[in-house]
Amino acid sequence: MKLQPTNRLRTLAVGAAVVSSALVLSACGSDDNTGGGNEAGGTKAASNIKCDGEGNLLASGSSAQKNAMDIWVKNYQAACEGSAVNYKPTGSGAGIQEFLQGKTGFAGSDSALKEDEVEQSKEVCEGGQGINLPMVGGPVAVGYNLAGVDDLVLDAETIAKIFDSKITQWDDEAIKKLNPDAELPSTKIQAFHRSDESGTTDNFTEYLHAAAPDAWKYEPAKAWAGKGGQSADGSSGVATNVKNNDGAIGYFELSYATGNSIPTVKLDTGAAEPVEATVDNASAAIAAGKVVGEGDDLAMELDYATKADGAYPIVLVTYEIVCDKGNDKQSLDLTKSFLTYAASEDGQSALADAGYAPIPDEIITKVRETISSLS
Amino acid sequence: MDIAPTASAAPKNPPPKGPSGKDSATRPGDRIFLGLSRGSGIALLVIMAAIAVFLTWRTLVALAENEGNFLTTFEWSANADPPVFGIAVLAYGTIVSSIIAMVLAVPVAVGIALFISHYAPRRIATPMAYVVDLLAAVPSIIYGLWGALFLVPHLTGLYEWLDQFFGWTGVFAYNGGAPRSLFTVGILLAIMILPIVTNVSREVFKQSPKMQEEAALALGATRWEVVRMAVLPFGRSGVISASMLGLGRALGETMAVATVLSPNFLINASLLNPGGGTFAQNIAAGFKEAGDIGRDALIASGLVLFVITLLVNGAARLIIARRKEYSGANA
Repeated sequence: MKLQPTNRLRTLAVGAAVVSSALVLSACGSDDNTGGGNEAGGTKAASNIKCDGEGNLLASGSSAQKNAMDIWVKNYQAACEGSAVNYKPTGSGAGIQEFLQGKTGFAGSDSALKEDEVEQSKEVCEGGQGINLPMVGGPVAVGYNLAGVDDLVLDAETIAKIFDSKITQWDDEAIKKLNPDAELPSTKIQAFHRSDESGTTDNFTEYLHAAAPDAWKYEPAKAWAGKGGQSADGSSGVATNVKNNDGAIGYFELSYATGNSIPTVKLDTGAAEPVEATVDNASAAIAAGKVVGEGDDLAMELDYATKADGAYPIVLVTYEIVCDKGNDKQSLDLTKSFLTYAASEDGQSALADAGYAPIPDEIITKVRETISSLS
Repeated sequence: MDIAPTASAAPKNPPPKGPSGKDSATRPGDRIFLGLSRGSGIALLVIMAAIAVFLTWRTLVALAENEGNFLTTFEWSANADPPVFGIAVLAYGTIVSSIIAMVLAVPVAVGIALFISHYAPRRIATPMAYVVDLLAAVPSIIYGLWGALFLVPHLTGLYEWLDQFFGWTGVFAYNGGAPRSLFTVGILLAIMILPIVTNVSREVFKQSPKMQEEAALALGATRWEVVRMAVLPFGRSGVISASMLGLGRALGETMAVATVLSPNFLINASLLNPGGGTFAQNIAAGFKEAGDIGRDALIASGLVLFVITLLVNGAARLIIARRKEYSGANA
């Protein structure tokens, strides 16, 4: 009897620990089902990383690039003793905010700085301003679950109508026309979107808006605007639901499709062949985009309506945001050295296995030049 | 500190049964303990006040920016410019899913509690009480995953049945999608609050006066009549407070709801069709990518949940106070 209170306390403590760790896990888990397969990059990269600067580098932002950061940080820290890089996947909004308050060395973001944010950044960056460096890209796959059908081909308009509940059956004429050989069942379509606000939704609707303006009238945004369908929390939630429901369709980063072995839609973009969601095809689409930032700013405008052969247009490009001039002196060396590695050939190629697309040569060369001129 | 640490105070207030000559040795302990317990009490009030002040302040900031009606708007675009958000859907979803949970859980919990306290042989009662305790220790994310991966796919049959026979009411109409609805959330919440309601009820039932039970038996009452006449009236206020504890958990549950529900900002006539949302779920979903106003708007919805919980607790206290004659040791 005397022991009971302590036992109960211990149970409580264990329970609390389990609950809080579960929360932490699930918080990071939203974009976290890859990793691994980067050992080759690690050993190879170790010799090529140029270490400069010491101490702690804090950064935060987009959770879409968390896995990429994990790989870079691991490789970088293995090569450079005495320096630590700490990237918190707090979400793009919070990341930019922390950067503007001068709390972090750089921010990761799914979208480039807005005008008023650039103005605000002039306070943190003495004599300079915040600039966007495209560093990681990745395809957003449209995954589906339809018994007896693989190699499904869809175009932007059909996808827009499906996700807006205008097409509700898998044997709809529009889908039949794109897939003359497939035996489409009359199953009801269950379209899944994200219930939380996310850069993935932003890029996906950005694509629908640009490639099928007649079918998708909503403004692209991080919050889902379409009508009907079901929603789920995080890319992992969407992927799980697509996996579990016959007739389901949803969008998520490619790694979730490969991780859950969910077949992905081939896009009929108007190119000679329907394009598959792969890392290479995504890189090709990023190359079709152009840099619209001025000066050192390398903010990109993607060409979502591209018809280039082998270019998969639903892509996500995420940026690192730094000051062009007036970076924090203490962390400047480390920031430059870390970003130089991330933009290097080794850094970029280490990402391919994790479902990320390397930034095309032409653009990444500019990124490297800009990084070396940071002050 | 009204007990002076002087020796003269000792003879005036002799401790009831301390060993002789140890008076002066227990005084510092007394004072420390008084300080500690008083400090704990004050700390609780300070924490509550701090939370309330924080929530209110942020809420005012958010409401000043809101372009919609906070109470009636069916939309949550707090990060848009201008921000538009309202809690109608969240309040509806939170209350409806909690009510479903209570309706499903309380009768079962009372049944389990009675079984353990009055029907089951000791050999079964003890392990069963232990199993109920175990249910309480499962973290809510596990319930959420279980709900999403096991419960949801297995509810389709039940929903089709409900739709076939009760679909005409509109409340149980079902359109055939994955059943990730407020009703599913209610079922999951019911399972989650079952242990807390069961445990507290069981403790209350165990303390029902033995004399009255035996008197009832002596008058020829059956088991069921004993329970009805001696145990249930005595335990009623205890069961009410147990239910309110459970309701508190159901109202605030986050992870499990976020994992199972398919949220949107519409109020559905049918409980079985996916949609709706709850306060805690919406905060969890919106917080990660929220901007300044977005975050304050979420905090404002948190304040509403805070107020609802306060009202529920207040109502429970009122009910219990009215039934004081039965309240026994557990009110």
